[in-house]
Amino acid sequence: MRTANVRSIVIWTLVALVGAAGWSVLALSRGENVSAAWMIAAALGSYAIAYRFYAKFIAHKVLKVDGTRATPAERLNNGIDFHPTDRRVLLGHHFAAIAGAGPLVGPVLAAQMGYLPGTVWIIAGVVFAGAVQDMVVLFFSTRRDGRSLGQMAREEIGPFGGAAALIAAFAIMIILLGVLALVIVNALAASPWGTFSIAMTIPIALLMGFYLRVLRPGRIAEVSLIGVALLLLALVAGRWVAESSWAGTFTLAPSTLVVWLVAYGFIASILPVWMLLAPRDYLSTFMKIGTIALLALGVVIALPTLKMDAVTDFASRGDGPVFAGSLFPFVFITIACGALSGFHSLISSGTTPKMIQKETQVRMIGYGSMLMESSVAIMALVAASIIDPGLYFAMNAPSGAIGTTVQNASQAVTGWGYHISPADLAQAAKNVEESTLLSRTGGAPTLAVGVSEIFSKVTGGSLRAFWYHFAIMFEALFILTALDAGTRVGRFMLQDILGNVIRPFRNVSWKPGLVITSAAVCALWGYFLWVGVHEPLGGINQLFPIFGISNQLLAAVALAVCTTLLVKSGRLKWAWITGIPLAWDATVTLTASYQKVFSSDPKVGFFKQRSVFQDAIDAGKVLPPAKSMDDMHTVVTNSTVDGVLSAVLAVLIVVVIADALRVCIRHIRRPALSSLSESPYVESRITAPAGLIPTREEKEEERRAVVGTAAPGD
Amino acid sequence: MRSSVLLRRAIRGVRWYVRELTDESAYDRYVAHLRKTHRDAQVPSRREFERMRTDRQEEDPRQGFRCC
Repeated sequence: MRTANVRSIVIWTLVALVGAAGWSVLALSRGENVSAAWMIAAALGSYAIAYRFYAKFIAHKVLKVDGTRATPAERLNNGIDFHPTDRRVLLGHHFAAIAGAGPLVGPVLAAQMGYLPGTVWIIAGVVFAGAVQDMVVLFFSTRRDGRSLGQMAREEIGPFGGAAALIAAFAIMIILLGVLALVIVNALAASPWGTFSIAMTIPIALLMGFYLRVLRPGRIAEVSLIGVALLLLALVAGRWVAESSWAGTFTLAPSTLVVWLVAYGFIASILPVWMLLAPRDYLSTFMKIGTIALLALGVVIALPTLKMDAVTDFASRGDGPVFAGSLFPFVFITIACGALSGFHSLISSGTTPKMIQKETQVRMIGYGSMLMESSVAIMALVAASIIDPGLYFAMNAPSGAIGTTVQNASQAVTGWGYHISPADLAQAAKNVEESTLLSRTGGAPTLAVGVSEIFSKVTGGSLRAFWYHFAIMFEALFILTALDAGTRVGRFMLQDILGNVIRPFRNVSWKPGLVITSAAVCALWGYFLWVGVHEPLGGINQLFPIFGISNQLLAAVALAVCTTLLVKSGRLKWAWITGIPLAWDATVTLTASYQKVFSSDPKVGFFKQRSVFQDAIDAGKVLPPAKSMDDMHTVVTNSTVDGVLSAVLAVLIVVVIADALRVCIRHIRRPALSSLSESPYVESRITAPAGLIPTREEKEEERRAVVGTAAPGD
Repeated sequence: MRSSVLLRRAIRGVRWYVRELTDESAYDRYVAHLRKTHRDAQVPSRREFERMRTDRQEEDPRQGFRCC
């Protein structure tokens, strides 16, 4: 055991002081403008401490990672999906796989409660729950040849919990795709610039696909550069189109966009992977990493001032226009990605464990990547909090609440205690060359306004509209890729489920089965998208809580699997490491679903909402924000579907946790009954550092290994 | 002299990282793996190899899936 030297004590004291200073300023300032620098200081200080101490403690004391044990990448190396990958490369891979639109959308919506609740949850959540989940799942999957979460649930908990996990994963995929598509529709509706540049990504991807398939196979870096250059050209050309006579062709109503998106999702998901999916994926990964790096740089250089309140009145009253419900539990389900995201467990099991060189690297890859994603969420929160709160609420409230003119919107916002003049609202839209910014819900447009604010501070105001559309394009790009890839995964799950009943479906390349299941998946998420667009009460307002609940449900499954495995592998005294996050996650998710089902506030409870509107229909009345009897019936149908869905998700959570608990108790009582499907120990023959920067001992070890194995003349 | 060596090393590092991250190096890695483990196996051309890779993804779309 190494004793701490003076230098490291001094360094870590300084890091702790920076973090503490950030937290103190955030906690103590009220009613004055706070610089975003303090938020960043609090985040980075906390991440560093958590990574250095808590993650290290979990890796070495709890998981007991073993550097001498060969990982699946080494044992099963086939040169394709199983191969030991350099830790710095794998960090990039894993980060690009887990970070998408999620950490950018949730924090923006949660900003309605003020910046403080979101900041506290993002940082505390990632340190104690999200990053722990990612690392522990990665560790256990690595010990099981890269088994997926569903397989682990089936093997370690049982067929019942496993089936619940499978249904949960499918339900989540559908809701996720519906909500992500809704975000896109809200960003592109009536925006010819945005619609044109996004439409151009399709021919660009086809061109790249052709290049890689026929002209120069495998030259991914060069084709990505060509693609990015064309993408930027499409972005600039978007402005020309918007100012030309073609503008009308690309000015689409939300319902038209729904049809286009569902058609795109269906066609893209049955085309060969090389045509659209693979090239789109390269393009969006390039843009993702580039833009996130630019954004981090922009925030640090511009150090903008936060204009949003630290905590708004909506936090306690629970009647916010963006989403209904009070701070607890709704902030904790609105921000999933960036704090605790169940989806990551699908990446941490399956793909990454097949590539990791050493068990000792789970801290850097699992915990480290999640900290990086959390910092993306913090940047999104900064971007949402630096714009005028009046504009923020005008952009994120459904049109049922603020009307469709700048005058009405200005009045409604004043009623909530914020001020923005009709002229300022119109000017804000004009600054980014959009016809309107009212009710552009879904988070993407708000984020884009925030990003354009930050970037134009660095590059000058004349590029503001360009940066706005750059940010929209960046989000739309990977949401469209997610629609394609997600439809394929959903189809795969459906084929798997149907294959048990109707034999031919079991063959995943059977064409009729492939087309039928793809169409079914598109129809399902298309239904939610259609409902979201036509919802009189606001699609994001109604659907986002369900999306949050389902994502946290998947986290509950992952944490339940982790806790069960900790107990079964003789780590009972450390079961709280994932047990407490599981208890917290279950409390939050079940409270949220309970309120969504049983609350007597018609803004929160779906069934109360249903009965209020049904009673009005029976009495022949039309209740605002519905404008007609048709709207009234739409509300009744949607509330029923949403309410039933919330209840089903809650039941699934209870089933998984109860089944996991049963297995844990059985193990404690009669350990002989439980089996652990861990791959046997094989000694590792490779050496690799555990962290980003190799220690002196690791360098020495590596040097010796090279001398020992290199054949003469090799 | 010294700085040009450093610069060249930095460029090489960036090139290596980009090739690895984009998986452009997948073919070279596969060929090296094949030569080492099955000496007499037939080495596919790059075109064949890249086709095989996308076909694998086609069969199991969970390969390389990304999160929200």
